[in-house]
Amino acid sequence: MRLPTLRRDVVCQQAVELVTDYLEGRLSRRDARQFEAHLRACDGCEEYLRQVKATITVLGSVQPDDLAPETRQGLLELYRQFRGE
Amino acid sequence: MVGRGLLRHGAKVTGRAGGPNRTAPAAAKHRIGRAPYAAGVSDDDLVRRLRAGDESAFAEAVNTYHSSMVRLAQTFVSSRAVAEEVAQDTWLAVLKGIDHFEGRSSLKTWIFRILANRARSTGVHEQRTTPVDLTDEATVDSRRFDAVGAWSDPPAHWSDEVVDRLSSGPLVAQVRAGISELPEGQRAVVTLRDLDGLSSKDVCDVLGISQANQRVLLHRGRSRIRALLELELAKR
Ligand SMILES: [Zn+2]
Repeated sequence: MRLPTLRRDVVCQQAVELVTDYLEGRLSRRDARQFEAHLRACDGCEEYLRQVKATITVLGSVQPDDLAPETRQGLLELYRQFRGE
Repeated sequence: MVGRGLLRHGAKVTGRAGGPNRTAPAAAKHRIGRAPYAAGVSDDDLVRRLRAGDESAFAEAVNTYHSSMVRLAQTFVSSRAVAEEVAQDTWLAVLKGIDHFEGRSSLKTWIFRILANRARSTGVHEQRTTPVDLTDEATVDSRRFDAVGAWSDPPAHWSDEVVDRLSSGPLVAQVRAGISELPEGQRAVVTLRDLDGLSSKDVCDVLGISQANQRVLLHRGRSRIRALLELELAKR
């Protein structure tokens, strides 16, 4: 796993690479503090992190297709066959 | 670089990533936790009824998991019809194996792992090539940064609006299409993690990948979908 060592002044191009490690709690405490300090000072990266969080929200709203009644019925028939009924 | 075809390697591994770390206390904690799933069904109760041959328990499990199973299977096979077959075969394997389910993972994770293994081997059988991430992938187009790596073309502000725009318009359909175009590994991880809401540990367990690879695939998949949203939201 490549975990870039943060320079004292983390730049934006590094910061965007660290977003997932940050959200997953995988940055060291020191790196996380530097990341947060950068975001406080950088409007672009602050918005970028918000966008990634918004993306996660959007992804969470994507539902699977509804279970078709005939599919459900077919599986119940499979079940009865399996049970030997 | 990490992530070189590890999904494929993972398919051959019968053990689980982090398997030895699954201590008894963790399993006990899980059972006590009785985290309810969509239908408010606890694993213990459902597993007991499945073992007892209770058809309504099977119907509940189908209602809760089948659609997500087909969605995950579609990551690995070429058609919806084949994905449905894989899900059906998985249910048979679940019925045959339920007596051996040890509760070391949640029932959902256990079912999904059976499904992923079957879907992957079916995908191989179909001679479908698996796109494997070999190249480094920039999170954001490097042309948007200046020589020292600061934004030259910073992101426009749209994060506050995107949730409002979900209910109207084609955004969700576009995101769905974007997910289906992700490389296989990214698609599987994003689907399990962000669409189905599994923990990172459970995603590793289902796909047989390391935590580090899970994070790389998640990062890349989310980054691509963020870029897609950025394009869509800039179209106004
Ligand atoms: Zn920045």
